[in-house]
Formats: sequence, C-alpha cells, structure tokens
Amino acid sequence: MEPALAVTVGCFFALSIYLMLSDSTIRIVLGIAILGNAVNLLIFTAGRLTREVPPIVPSGYSAPFEATANPLPQALILTAIVISFSLFAFILVLVYRAYQELGTDSSQEMRLAEPVDEPGAPRGY
Amino acid sequence: MAAPGKTDVDLEALRAVSMIQEPTPLGDWLVVMPVLIPFVAGALLIMLRQRIGWHVQVAAAAFLLLVLSNIALIARVADQGVVVMTMGRWLAPFGIAFSVDMVSALFALAASIVGLVATLYAEEDVPLGERRYGFFAFLLLLVGGVSGAFMTGDIFNLYVWFEVLLISSFGLIIYGGEKIQLDGAVKYAVLNLIATTLFLTATGLLYGLTGTLNFADLARVMPELQQGAPLAAIGALFLLAFGMKAAGFPVNFWLPASYHTPKLVVSAVFAGLLTKVGIYALFRVTSLVFPTPPDVFRFTLIAVAIATMLIGVFGALAQNNVRRLLGFLVVSGIGMMLVGVALATEEALMGAVFYALHSIIVMTALYFAVGVIERTAGTNQLTALGGLYRHQPFFAAIFLILSFAVAGLPPFSGFWPKVVLVKASLAVEENVLTAAILVTGFLTTLAMGRVWALTFWRPADAVSGVSPPAAEDGLRPMLVIPVGVLTALVVIVGLFPETVFALAETGAKGLIDPSDYVNATLAPYDALASDTPATAPPTVEPPTAGPLTFDQPEAGSLDGAQTE
Repeated sequence: MEPALAVTVGCFFALSIYLMLSDSTIRIVLGIAILGNAVNLLIFTAGRLTREVPPIVPSGYSAPFEATANPLPQALILTAIVISFSLFAFILVLVYRAYQELGTDSSQEMRLAEPVDEPGAPRGY
Repeated sequence: MAAPGKTDVDLEALRAVSMIQEPTPLGDWLVVMPVLIPFVAGALLIMLRQRIGWHVQVAAAAFLLLVLSNIALIARVADQGVVVMTMGRWLAPFGIAFSVDMVSALFALAASIVGLVATLYAEEDVPLGERRYGFFAFLLLLVGGVSGAFMTGDIFNLYVWFEVLLISSFGLIIYGGEKIQLDGAVKYAVLNLIATTLFLTATGLLYGLTGTLNFADLARVMPELQQGAPLAAIGALFLLAFGMKAAGFPVNFWLPASYHTPKLVVSAVFAGLLTKVGIYALFRVTSLVFPTPPDVFRFTLIAVAIATMLIGVFGALAQNNVRRLLGFLVVSGIGMMLVGVALATEEALMGAVFYALHSIIVMTALYFAVGVIERTAGTNQLTALGGLYRHQPFFAAIFLILSFAVAGLPPFSGFWPKVVLVKASLAVEENVLTAAILVTGFLTTLAMGRVWALTFWRPADAVSGVSPPAAEDGLRPMLVIPVGVLTALVVIVGLFPETVFALAETGAKGLIDPSDYVNATLAPYDALASDTPATAPPTVEPPTAGPLTFDQPEAGSLDGAQTE
C-alpha cells in the first residue's frame, strides 16, 4: 500500500509544482491547494499504514494487544487540513480581489508594487 | 484476567507513568506568558470591537506586561538554565513542551519590545477611523504567534506557530486594502504559504524517519540514524523552507516586492520580526536535529550567506524608494545571521544571535524613521527628497546614528556582532566570507550615507521640480518617541555591550551543546524511566504482544514508558 501512496504523493507534488510555475494567479492558487493535500497524504504515508486496527487499549489492559494504526499522523493531518483550508480560503479571496483591483490575473503584469519604469537612485546631488 | 467491560486498571498509577505529578513551579509559568498575554489581549480586543478608543491602551498595557514578563523570563533562564513546561502535563516526548533557553528568551524579548513601540507608533500611523478592523488585535496575535515559535520545543508545534503568525501577518499586510498592498500581498502570501508547506513536508518526512516530533527527543534519536539520502533530503527541505522564510538569497525576492507596500508600522514590524523567525528556526533545527551536517551543507550555507548579504546590499544601492531600499537591507542582514548558521562555531553563533537582536531593533527603528521622513516631505523617493536638516536637525542626527548602526560602524550596536562574525570567520579561515562581511558593511555605509546626504544634507532648492516640505507634520510625539526609544537602545547596547554579549554567549553555548535543553525537556521522563520498577503500574499482562509498537524504526527513547 505504501508504494502506491508514495507514487500518488509524487504525482500530486509534480502537478502542484507545474501549476505553481504558471503565470496565472488562479493556477498558482490551485497548485497551492494541491500541494497542501500532497503533504497531508505524505504525512499519512510516512506514519505507516495499518488497516482496521484502532489504537484502543482493551478494558483492563495497559497496552494494546497487537500493532495498531498510528493515531498521531491523523492528528497532525487534521491540524494541517484545517490550517491549509483556512489559508487557501484567504488566498483565494486575496487573488480574486487582486484580479478585480489590478485588472489582471497574470503574475507577470502585477507590477504596481515594483514598477518597471522606476527611476534608479540618483548618482549625485 | 479482567472481564470485558470491567476496568480494574489503577488510573492513579497510570497517571504516575504518563503525566508530570509535581505542580509546576510558579516561576516556570513565565514560559507560557509570551503566548498567553498577547492572545488574551488580542481576544479581548476582538470582543471590544465596539470600543475602538480603548484598543491602543489595552494593546500598550499588554505589550508592557509582555516586556516585563520576558525580562523576568531571561532572568529565570540565566538563573536556572532551560525552563520547560508541557501542555496538559503529559510527559515530554509525548506531550508538547515549551522549552525556553537563552536564545528563545532573548528573541522573545526583542519581539515584545517591537510590539510595544509599534503600538505607540500606530497610535499616530493608524488613525482612529481605520482601527475598526482590529489592527491592534492583529498586532497582538502576530507577536503571540512569533513568541510561540520562539518558545516551542516541538517541531510540528513550530509549524502551527508559523501558521498563526502567517495568518496574522496576512491580515496586517492588506490592512487598508490599497491596490499596491494587494499586489504585494499576493506575492508575500503565496511564497510564504509555499515555504510553510515545504516545512511541513520536511517535518512529515522527519517523523516518518524518527517517529518523534519533540526537539529534545529528536536530538537524542538523530545521532543513531545513518547519514544518507533521506536525511540529506530532509535537511535540504528544511534549509529551503526556512531560507524562504528568512529571505535567503535564491528565494528572497518576495521580501523587497512586498515589504514596502503595507502601512508603515506594519512594514516596520515585519522587517524587524518575521524574517528572524526563519533564522531562529534555522538555529534550532541545525543545533538539535542536524548537529553534524555533511560538508556540502556547510559549503552551501556559506555560499548562500555571501550571496544574500551582497545581493541585498547591491539591491539597496540601486533603489530610489527608501522603503524598498530598507527591504533590501533586511535581506542583507539575513546574510550576516546565516554566517552563524553556516560556521556553527560558538563564536559565530554568538555573533549571529547578537546580530539578529540588533537587526530586529535597528530595522524597526529605520522603518519608523522613514515614516517620519515620508510624513514630513510627502515622498519617499530619493530623487525628490532634500533639505530636511534645516527643519529637523535633531532627527537628522538620530537617522545618522541608525544609519551607522545598520552599517556596523562603532560605537553603535551593529559594530560588536560584526566584529565577532569577522573574528569567527577568520578563525576558521573562510577568507572569502570575511571579505564579503567587510565589503557588505562598506556598501551599506554607502547606501545609508547616500540616503542621509540626499534627504537631510542636500539643500531643498537643489531638488528640481519639488515643492518644499509640506509641514512639520512628521515630528509628532507618538512617531518620534518610538524612534527615540529604539535609537537609545541602539546607543546603549553599542556603548555597553557586555550584558548582551554575555547573554548571547550563553545562548550560543546552548546551541553548540544542547544537552541542557535536551535533558531539561526530558527530565521528568528520564526520572521515570530510571526507576520504572518502583513506579510501574500493576498492569495485567495482555495475552499477545506487550508494548505498543508501530511498524517503523522505533525511536530510541520511545520505549520505556510502556514497560511491563
């Protein structure tokens, strides 16, 4: 199971990097969303996969009987999902507002903060 | 054997092996204050959104309290060594620990000072009508997030604090919603989000390899692992992620593209604090997780440090907009701090810690000062500035002091860390690095000297086509007091550097030999592991396997709590 998931994670990363290298801001944002999911899947895989054995200690014992599913990666992923979702929501609105205000979704043409024709520093008085 | 559904486990005994039993000493509560105070105050301000007039007072009081609490924390760390507190009193490698050594405490103090002066400055810079979207709440939460990143002893928790400070900084960078801010914010947000995600990737891989996330536990587990491709890849990912956060050379372009766009007080806080969180994370990770990196890392870091300081200062020399010029100087300063990470000798780290503290104070002060110039002259373009000396001779002197300090000229605070860094790089015979540090200092003097000469010294009538300064508006007390306080700090630290030197040396020693940090964090756990037979709970032997195991390379110190 791990190799298949590892390959999936690799595909997610490749796709997200491809999208983030794009000129269009909306594609960059989609790339970020996929990157977040790629990482979640990566943590899940890195925590090792054990199916259908919940990490529950039977009553009366102080340790589980057998190797159980690792609960920690799932806790990490839950945290990461919440965070990446909220930041994705923010950045989606930000990019849309930037598109409205600046009239472009091309990252090449967003030059308001760094004007192309800005004069250089004066060389003397 | 127990009947199903019947619990005959002694819960008290189980607690004895999984939780810290002794109550936390009162002084140790100082460890959570840097997070608690800003968060409580920030939450209070959100609740008080109908009473905008109170915001600045509440924020100032909270920051003042924070500064005092952080000074007490430094005293406690100096007195007792590393101070640790764990969430919910769970034993350290399992519970999340806040471990504070001298470096954490010093950075936290600098952050709280920046928060305090920024609150004063914002009293003038953010007028009453603009405060209803919660400027001061954002500022408090930002400082809370930054402090949390400095305090935490858990690498996943560090990621969470990165995100906390990131979301607050997003709120601040678009505060006001100007077009230019949206442009800068897109670049800032996208690249910082990618950097944090890369950091999370590296953390996930590290967890897969070691099975632990606690810094102290990692420091014990890492030496047992084989140096090889996975470790090198993880190290490279951490380096890239934190390098991006800190604006190191090949990934620094988001900083000068965005730091000049928000409100001035926001620029100042960002320039002072945010990049240093990346540097702090590099200190922490190189010290605890990768204490003996392969040679290629050392070479890469030195190359990155040289490139960062030179590219930064060349960028500054080319700028006409003073705020953007300062953005490039922030980048250049990051190069200096990277010297400490690269050489990783005690002397170099001491210099880097000192330089980081100096840079936090002086960059914030310079942005504040540029704010005063902008208000007085109505522009921040060097081509259009001139003649301010006639209006503000005293302020001109302050600006000159800050310029000398950022360039590293004596007798101001930038001089001492630079001396130490030069000495440290000579000691290991990295002569190119030494040359780069000195050349950067010289070029910074040129860049800042030119700003001063053109802005203050040049007669106003030499500037063609520009109206003379509009008003004396710039010298409002609430704008000048923060600059004055920070400049006083710069001068005092420059004239009497012994205290900061001693504290930075303690910090550097802790980074070189983190055994105190590790032992203090894991002390309750170690105590329990050493006398397990005495305190082991009367457990019933499970019929099949004993200890809880995962199908993974077991971390060396993870076993022990679940002994039979």
